Amino acid sequence: MTPVALVRELGFRAIRVVAELGSMLLFTLSFLRAAVVPPLRPQRFVDEIYNLGVLSLVIVGVSGFAVGMVLGLQGYNTLVRFGAEGSLGAVVGLSLVRELGPVLTALLVTGRAGSATAAEISSMVTSEQLDGLRMMSVDPMDIVVAPKAIAMIFVMPILTSLFVLAGLLGAYFIGVGLMGLDAGVFLSSLKSSIRFADDIGGCYLKALIFGFLAGLIATFRGYHATPTAAGVSAATTSTVVVTSVAVLIGDYFLTALWGFQI
Amino acid sequence: MAFDGRTVFDSLSCAFPRGRITVVLGGSGSGKSTLLRLIGGLIQPEAGRVEVAGHDVTDPHTSLAEVRSRIGMLFQHGALLDSLSVFDNLALPLREHTDLDRAAIAQAVRAQLDAVGLGNVEGLLPGQLSGGMLRRAALARAIIRSPEILLCDEPFSGLDPASLKRIEILLTRINRQRGITLIVVSHHIASTLRLADQALLLLPGRSVCGPPAALRSSSDPEVADFFDEELDVEALDREERAAT
Repeated sequence: MTPVALVRELGFRAIRVVAELGSMLLFTLSFLRAAVVPPLRPQRFVDEIYNLGVLSLVIVGVSGFAVGMVLGLQGYNTLVRFGAEGSLGAVVGLSLVRELGPVLTALLVTGRAGSATAAEISSMVTSEQLDGLRMMSVDPMDIVVAPKAIAMIFVMPILTSLFVLAGLLGAYFIGVGLMGLDAGVFLSSLKSSIRFADDIGGCYLKALIFGFLAGLIATFRGYHATPTAAGVSAATTSTVVVTSVAVLIGDYFLTALWGFQI
Repeated sequence: MAFDGRTVFDSLSCAFPRGRITVVLGGSGSGKSTLLRLIGGLIQPEAGRVEVAGHDVTDPHTSLAEVRSRIGMLFQHGALLDSLSVFDNLALPLREHTDLDRAAIAQAVRAQLDAVGLGNVEGLLPGQLSGGMLRRAALARAIIRSPEILLCDEPFSGLDPASLKRIEILLTRINRQRGITLIVVSHHIASTLRLADQALLLLPGRSVCGPPAALRSSSDPEVADFFDEELDVEALDREERAAT
């Protein structure tokens, strides 16, 4: 590739990225307007809570329990070397509440519900359902996008709570049930290490922001999908990839900012 | 009008008479569906204007909601919302744009379904309907707000002869009984000849408009060729040899 072609390609890609960001900003503004300006659609919102939240309960609960068991096992085997196995509750609790809970829940929900959201909306684009709504003077942002994105923001903290609780249960099962750690030691270590405002507050802040990112990216990708089968596939894949990367990068900045504030 | 640098049509001028049926014909990619989407304001032309019942839909100050309240559109694959039942699909525009109470909406929906011969499917999801039933349900939704203009994108494609005939009869009835202006995109020559008061044929770089029978007997070879349904394999071979 010649230097001129390289610069041209670079410029082309830069313009595309800027155009995409601009498009996403406009989409976000439209979503925010649809979220607060009537007509609000409580029934659609409840339907989406079921689709995105209730149908994710099992995967989040089971994953949280499994992660808790791994943390319990690894934590116990490491801490016992230093005679600090009594701190297992604190180690597992802080890991789950501060990082693993919100991040892994966001990744799991993105894989299950975010991809489904993108696929559903992009299928509606392909089958002209969104155009059908426009021809009836019904804004697809109102009736399709906003209920899904708001529901995603709403369910993420709830699912994160479930993940953390299931994780703690898994760690308790390993530490107390299998390794013979005293239940009182485990629970008091957990209770004394977790601060409500800092740790729980940070956990829910992350969950809310990850929910916003997951909802927005999934609906944006679906809404702007190319109306072909390949377009549906691309929208679904890019939703999972972009949201996962955004969650992991966002987690770093949120951790840094939240910690700095304290 | 162009997409990704490919011009679909660049000098199209046509009018659709009020209360009549116009069928838009043309080869694949000639811009038939694009024309309907321009009329509905779903896309904007790069130049020119599209006037619907006195409103210029290309003018950014025009209220598209006002224009679309006069238009119904039957999409090629129905475009009914998958997640809603047939009843709720039909009720949606009434719930959104009228003050009718539940009972009145239910009555209107059932009357419309009966009119298209679908009295017993209101509880089904669109995915549970056959192609012909789906098309009729979509037609019922398109006309439930009593539009002045009905845009139909390939209403006959993929239908068996009985379903095709049924849709054709319904469209004719809608036009005659309700006085709705129909603009129908189709490939189906036989239906066009039976249905249309006027045909608009989109050809590469130009368009031809007139009564379908007149177009069929046109001396213009491109027009005559389009209407000629006989399979002339030798002519096709000659064309391919000439092209290579």
